[in-house]
Amino acid sequence: MTEATRAEHCVIACAEEWRGDGEVLASPMGLIPSIGARLARLTFAPELLLTDGEALLVTPDGTVEGWLPYRRHLTLVTGGRRHVMMGASQIDRHGNQNISCVGPWERPVRQLLGVRGAPVNTLNNPVSYWVPRHSRRVFVERVDMVCGVGHDRAAGARYHALRRVVSDLGVLDFGGPGRTMRLVAVHPGVTVEQVREATSFEPAVADEVAVTRSPTAAELRLIREVIDPGNARAREVAG
Amino acid sequence: MRDKTMTADEAVSRLRDGMTVGIGGWGSRRKPMALVRALLRSEVSDLTVVSYGGPDVGMLAAAGRIRRLVAPFATLDSIPLEPHFRTARERGDLDLTEVDEAMFLWGLQAAANRLPFLPVRAGLGSDVMRVNPGLRTVTSPYDDGETFVAMPALRLDAALVHVNRADRRGNGQYLGPDPYFDDLFCEAADTAYVSCERLVDTAELTKAGPPQSLLVGRHTVTGVIEAPGGAHFTSCAPDYGRDEEFQRVYATTPWPRFAARYLGGDERAYRAAADGGRS
Repeated sequence: MTEATRAEHCVIACAEEWRGDGEVLASPMGLIPSIGARLARLTFAPELLLTDGEALLVTPDGTVEGWLPYRRHLTLVTGGRRHVMMGASQIDRHGNQNISCVGPWERPVRQLLGVRGAPVNTLNNPVSYWVPRHSRRVFVERVDMVCGVGHDRAAGARYHALRRVVSDLGVLDFGGPGRTMRLVAVHPGVTVEQVREATSFEPAVADEVAVTRSPTAAELRLIREVIDPGNARAREVAG
Repeated sequence: MRDKTMTADEAVSRLRDGMTVGIGGWGSRRKPMALVRALLRSEVSDLTVVSYGGPDVGMLAAAGRIRRLVAPFATLDSIPLEPHFRTARERGDLDLTEVDEAMFLWGLQAAANRLPFLPVRAGLGSDVMRVNPGLRTVTSPYDDGETFVAMPALRLDAALVHVNRADRRGNGQYLGPDPYFDDLFCEAADTAYVSCERLVDTAELTKAGPPQSLLVGRHTVTGVIEAPGGAHFTSCAPDYGRDEEFQRVYATTPWPRFAARYLGGDERAYRAAADGGRS
């Protein structure tokens, strides 16, 4: 089997976010997090719950094991037994995230999705983020509209739990000064300098920046032959 | 027992300018599009629309019928950004009450339960508070002392929803995997108009699905409209899936041309044009 691609390292980095979560719903948004969640479920995190993307809870082979329409999904969010990995059109050093609009909210330059469930997610259950193209346009000093709540705005929010940010370049947590973003790992072939250059703010950097582990042979087989045989992942992250 | 059946145009003739209208479904899923099309044929305008937004919001915004939108998002699902909603926002054409998905649901629940508000753990710390300066908080009177958003009731003058089956009295049934929130929209509204794929005798309802599928209760329904294909081009499982090809036409055709080509006539003309449109 050929060496793992960047996209496959991203799959591994995303999958690792659900390690040790136990019997909770893995809610991946975006293709590579979805592959990662299924990989985790098929290997080291068999207790995870997964949906079919709509109203059903399914096992990896598609067997229906439960019913989760939106109204019950929201109870699962507020009940806390869920770890979501959301996208971010913008994210700042404190973990404030924007998916609503770019420019002034009153009259946006570019209207995006709207706040969706980002406010309720960030105040109720563990949240990670996935950014398929790490750039200064995404990692900004200030987001234009706070949808997902960052550490500096979460005082008194007892269930606020930002975990990590996975990008196509590496992995950041919030272990920097004042719970700010800190680079903890880069994917093979990426330098710390590259991440710095692609980030508008100066991220803290861990004393020892790890390198994202490569998938095992078994994991690589699952990704390539079972979960994503069409290699859709290469369209989200090249290389 | 009163027969509540009426046409889509009759239902819409009961709506007035300036009303607050809730629209069921979710994104581009089981939207009452035949009722929205009837609304577009009418002169009704200046609406406050309350919706988990999809092409219902896009079309009404493009036609200039929405004064204020209350929504957590607008999306076509397979096409993430609703094009006409985007245009309306970027032009400053509509006022927006942007709330979180859970806040929206709690607002409907408050209205359905005749409560002025419900406490919800969502919104605090986010810019939802900044862009909705009228939102207030409430503090728990118990030992926890936690502060919540007091989400005001989203009381509706009218609700428009689409289900798979209904009887003439207004009992509505969904047969797909997700009820969305159509029962709540009807309960939160002073009047509710339910379109259905097929009108059936009451005794037929439980033949198609279990009693749990009887989503909408007749005590919450004003009018029943038989509208086969009435959710087109959104999905209406299991009767039909989303018409992705036509949705793409909707998303990529300039609004005046789309409206002229597909919305100039009645529902039958729409279906004929939409069927002929896939070449």
